[in-house]
Amino acid sequence: MIRRHLPFATVAVIALVAAPLLLEPFRLGLLAKYLCYAIVALGIGLAWGQGGMLTLGQGVFFGLGGYSMAMYLKLAEGGGLPDFMVWSGVEELPALWVPFANPVFALGMAVLGPVALALVLGTLVFRQRVRGAYFAILTQALAAAMVILLVGQQGLTGGTNGMTNFFELFGQDLAEDSTQRGLYLVVAGVLGVLYLATRQLVQSRYGRLLVAVRDGEDRVRFLGYDPALVKTVTFAASAGMAGLAGALFVPVVGIISPALLGVVPSLELVVAVAVGGRHALAGAVLGAVVMGYAKTALSEQFAGGWLYLQGALFILVMTLAPKGVVGLAGRLRRARTT
Amino acid sequence: MLELRDVHVVFDGFRALDGVDLTVPEGELRFLIGPNGAGKTTLIDVITGLTRPTAGSVRFGGHDLVGRKEHRIVRLGVGRTFQTSVVFEELTVVENLDLAASFRRPLWSLARRRRGVSEAVAEALARTGLEELAERSAGVLSHGQRQWLEIGMLLAQRPRLLLLDEPVAGMSGDERERTGELLTQIAADHTVIVVEHDMEFLRRHASTVTVLHEGKVLVEGSVEQVSADPRVQEVYLGRRSTDAVGNRP
Repeated sequence: MIRRHLPFATVAVIALVAAPLLLEPFRLGLLAKYLCYAIVALGIGLAWGQGGMLTLGQGVFFGLGGYSMAMYLKLAEGGGLPDFMVWSGVEELPALWVPFANPVFALGMAVLGPVALALVLGTLVFRQRVRGAYFAILTQALAAAMVILLVGQQGLTGGTNGMTNFFELFGQDLAEDSTQRGLYLVVAGVLGVLYLATRQLVQSRYGRLLVAVRDGEDRVRFLGYDPALVKTVTFAASAGMAGLAGALFVPVVGIISPALLGVVPSLELVVAVAVGGRHALAGAVLGAVVMGYAKTALSEQFAGGWLYLQGALFILVMTLAPKGVVGLAGRLRRARTT
Repeated sequence: MLELRDVHVVFDGFRALDGVDLTVPEGELRFLIGPNGAGKTTLIDVITGLTRPTAGSVRFGGHDLVGRKEHRIVRLGVGRTFQTSVVFEELTVVENLDLAASFRRPLWSLARRRRGVSEAVAEALARTGLEELAERSAGVLSHGQRQWLEIGMLLAQRPRLLLLDEPVAGMSGDERERTGELLTQIAADHTVIVVEHDMEFLRRHASTVTVLHEGKVLVEGSVEQVSADPRVQEVYLGRRSTDAVGNRP
């Protein structure tokens, strides 16, 4: 029992105690950002790694969560219309925005909005037995469409620039180090809880069913289960995680814009999950954090090189270690013991 | 219990089933034979909802099956296996069985972890003789063991009607023997329909046989009646009626 929980406990202590003590505020902020991505990656690990649904559009759900939060933050500042609306000549607060002044509504929408969209989409798509590459393309198209929509509605969404200049969250000054440290702890805590919950789910009967759906959807149907329902529910769970991650991301990073949730960021996270190891939840989380760090570190050294390196890494992992870093580690361990 | 009336299936102008009538009473072990393309698998597909008949009715225990979704038909108590066995290789033998046995539980209750082995699963393990392999991954099973696991998965679901599509295809003599015994055991308390080519297997284990040919029921009767029937011999023309039927394509 202790052995089983030891790795998780170690990581939790490092993340919750050591990191806030040792890292300077700027680095801690970066880590918080990667942990937000790791929450999305956890959802991808569940939907893709366990359920076989290659979703290339998690940015959509991430964005819905992020924009919900950003709308609340903009309205919480007080002082009338958000700045970008004034610049685009909007004179009255749009009706869509009004309820987001309530933090409970905004946070609720950050999670339930993505869940609802995923439920509708999943019901339509999986009932028609759309799967594999077709599902992947569909989700990617959704990400592209989302960007077009956001950019097009300048007065409602801030267009290409998105929303930024957030000053306070629940009365706390967002520029303060202590607020940022608190935010970091919230993000790390949420990730930890979601990781444990997802792991529990994966190890349950439902998890076995999900793997069965991934490996033999038609056979599952003849066991008396409805694979469309299983996939829809799982997809919605992963969407909810992405939405929550988006809501946390906004106060941590201080901006949300279409560039953060389009096709490219959605793909980057899938690549990170593949590199880390999609069949293990820990691999998905690890992949997101490591790839996030690598991106920052390498962009600091030589900008532009990252994209090539990322692509090369993806190809390398897919051909040499399809189960990612975690799969590779497991193989090495087995090789040593036998 | 199972009643098919005037079932037609047309694929792009090809009449796969051309007016099939079939009645299988409760508790019977029925063999379905016929040359390739006779429509045996199509018939199973129609009963289990994989193929929708162009015309005709399929009734099971008072329910109309036509147009029902596959998993709903399973929930009525109709289970099937496939020619090429599909077990979940990433799961262990016992997990495969447990998944099959849990299908009536509501989805949310599956979020709990499996504790131990349920009665239905233990029974399926015992009947199929897979107890020693219970914790092994299904991916390491031999062809014969996979077929037994599939049959075990069906049993764990406690269906009222079992449809087995060529359960002994590709099996060694020894495995055939064991499958035959398993079949006899199962037939004692289930209604079973078996699609089979192997005449030797048929002789040993069949009671009632239905011969399909070109999408129609040609003859129905005991093994002796059927193999003595000149029409059946004609269908398998050019080969000796005794062992030629056993030849697999």
